Amino acid sequence: MASEHDVMPSSAPGESQTTITTRGMELILSGFFMVVAGFVMYDSVRVGNGWATDGPEAGYFPFYVGLIMFLASAGTFAVNLLTRKPDLSNFVARSSLVLVLKVLAPTFVYLGVMYFVGIYVASILYIGLFMMWLGKYPLAKTVPVAVLIPLALFWLFEIAFLIPLPKGPLETALGF
Amino acid sequence: MDAFASLIHGFGVLADPMNIVYMCIGIVLGVLIGVLPGLGGANGVAILLPLTFSMSPTAAIIMLSSIYWGALFGGAITSILFNIPGEPWSVATTFDGHPMAQQGKADEALTAAFTSSFVGALLAVIVITFVAPLVANFALRFGPAEFFAVQLLTFCSFVGMGRESAFKVLAAMMLGFALAAVGMDSVTGELRMTYGTVELMRGFDFLIAVIGLFGIGEILLTLEEGLSFRGKSTSITMRSVLNTWKRLPKFWATYLRSSAVGCWLGITPGGATPASFMSYGIAHRMSKNRANFGKGEIEGVVAPETAAHAAGTSALLPMLTLGIPGSPTAAVMLGGLLIWGLQPGPMLFIEQKDFVWGLIASMYLSNVVGLIIVLTTVPLFAAILRIPFSIIAPVIVVICCIGAYTVHNAYLDVVIMLFFGVLGYVMKKLGYPLAPLVLALVLGDLAESSFRQSMLVSQGSLSIFWSNWLVGSICALAMLMLFWPLISILIDRLRNGKNRHQGEATRA
Repeated sequence: MASEHDVMPSSAPGESQTTITTRGMELILSGFFMVVAGFVMYDSVRVGNGWATDGPEAGYFPFYVGLIMFLASAGTFAVNLLTRKPDLSNFVARSSLVLVLKVLAPTFVYLGVMYFVGIYVASILYIGLFMMWLGKYPLAKTVPVAVLIPLALFWLFEIAFLIPLPKGPLETALGF
Repeated sequence: MDAFASLIHGFGVLADPMNIVYMCIGIVLGVLIGVLPGLGGANGVAILLPLTFSMSPTAAIIMLSSIYWGALFGGAITSILFNIPGEPWSVATTFDGHPMAQQGKADEALTAAFTSSFVGALLAVIVITFVAPLVANFALRFGPAEFFAVQLLTFCSFVGMGRESAFKVLAAMMLGFALAAVGMDSVTGELRMTYGTVELMRGFDFLIAVIGLFGIGEILLTLEEGLSFRGKSTSITMRSVLNTWKRLPKFWATYLRSSAVGCWLGITPGGATPASFMSYGIAHRMSKNRANFGKGEIEGVVAPETAAHAAGTSALLPMLTLGIPGSPTAAVMLGGLLIWGLQPGPMLFIEQKDFVWGLIASMYLSNVVGLIIVLTTVPLFAAILRIPFSIIAPVIVVICCIGAYTVHNAYLDVVIMLFFGVLGYVMKKLGYPLAPLVLALVLGDLAESSFRQSMLVSQGSLSIFWSNWLVGSICALAMLMLFWPLISILIDRLRNGKNRHQGEATRA
């Protein structure tokens, strides 16, 4: 039955689930947005945010975009910093975070591998790894699924729709 | 009666059998997208958009809009059978749909959901058929100032009508505008916010952002709760369909109310999700079977589904007539129009009659076809859901990566897409709305150019936005929407103050 291959957050009993408070995360994200808004405004001033002889300069509109973004994020920042009843609840349970990272980390590795061997080989490895590591499938069940899906995608994109995707040495060796 | 003649012309466009084939493919893909977690209307359309570049615009929009209808249908399947809303707008369907499935009435709930979706969409298409030409005709008189005013109203309504904090709505929206501004400025040719990098000259493509924010972000969110599909299995027999259909006409009032709510929220950029909740709430309040709501009341399935589909469909009205999409998915389709070289807006109704009326006619047909397809294929899609998450998740990630790559054939886009995914995950968890971000990213350049053109006309004076009754009233409405959170706080204060006085008076 499929249920044993479900991906569920699991935690050892007694293990602490706290990571970061929601308030802390609010401060980080709104602070990040303030920095982004700062970059937007800085660059808009660089290209000119005033009125040239032929109309508004290139930075005219983005400057105000940056300004409003800065003020709005500063608002969120201030509300979370100054409030008398801060939201100290947990932003994400540790077991959930571990699970999210377990998916994110291989995905970043997948992108790195894709750069060198192309998307199809990388996908075989990625789907295979995912199934065996997180889904705990035996190798005999993993290989057919992990190979057939990228093959189907290969057929769909390279042969049916003629859309070239990143390919690596293997595809070159096979003559594509 | 011009609309009738045009509509018949539109059905003539549909007579091309390839268009019908694309429609069926679109609906099946759409249902699949609606059923799978992490793939939704917006990013499903975004991923498939590059595949349509070689088609004619009419065939392409028919396929993409069919995907959208399919996704709207598909969301209901997971809500009812698995208690997992496949799409945000089908959350309200779980309230009564899943209890019905638990009582062994899954076939009834599904038939009611699909039929209601169909009715909602049909009423919305009728509204589009007759209202859209009028709006387009009216909008022909719009100058740049009027267009900017309408865009302003769209964005301000997010602040006024959203349930999220106004600060967060504004921040998300401005992030979208800022990202849209990155790259070459189309008027002066100046490079903006590229900070010397060649890769950023292209700017941020909204398709990349949509695939990351909605695709990867959604996968991470789903994952966090841990996903196991243990649902009811069902198949729909002709008999149960007919039996359910016999019961549905007595909810005619619910249908009309929900469609009205849906059309209103679809045309103004409220979107399908608030429409479904609002309609559920209204039905709950007005129903005779109030006590049964939440325990498996069929009316509780009818109301949100009708409204969600009506909203999803009518979101295309402002997109076609004004170039302003009413929902993130409509925004992606609008981006598609621009890529195909069509300028959305009132001129579309004059210059691209085949395109517009072919699309509108296809809405009628594809909803009929969609209803038949979903009623007959439910067991198939329910079986797909039994594939464990540890297989589905990596496949969806791979598809998102391919989708991001095909937009510009750029490897870096895939990396950017993944970062958008992480950003989307954090933003969603902190209650930042993603719809205004996407809309701002798509409309950013259009809004900026209409703003600049109006500034050129007025020589830099903002008074142009109050220069005549039309633009003035739209701007005034926009300001009302923008400051609505403040105004409603004030009203609350005043009312509470009065209540306290009355309380003191009665005590004395």
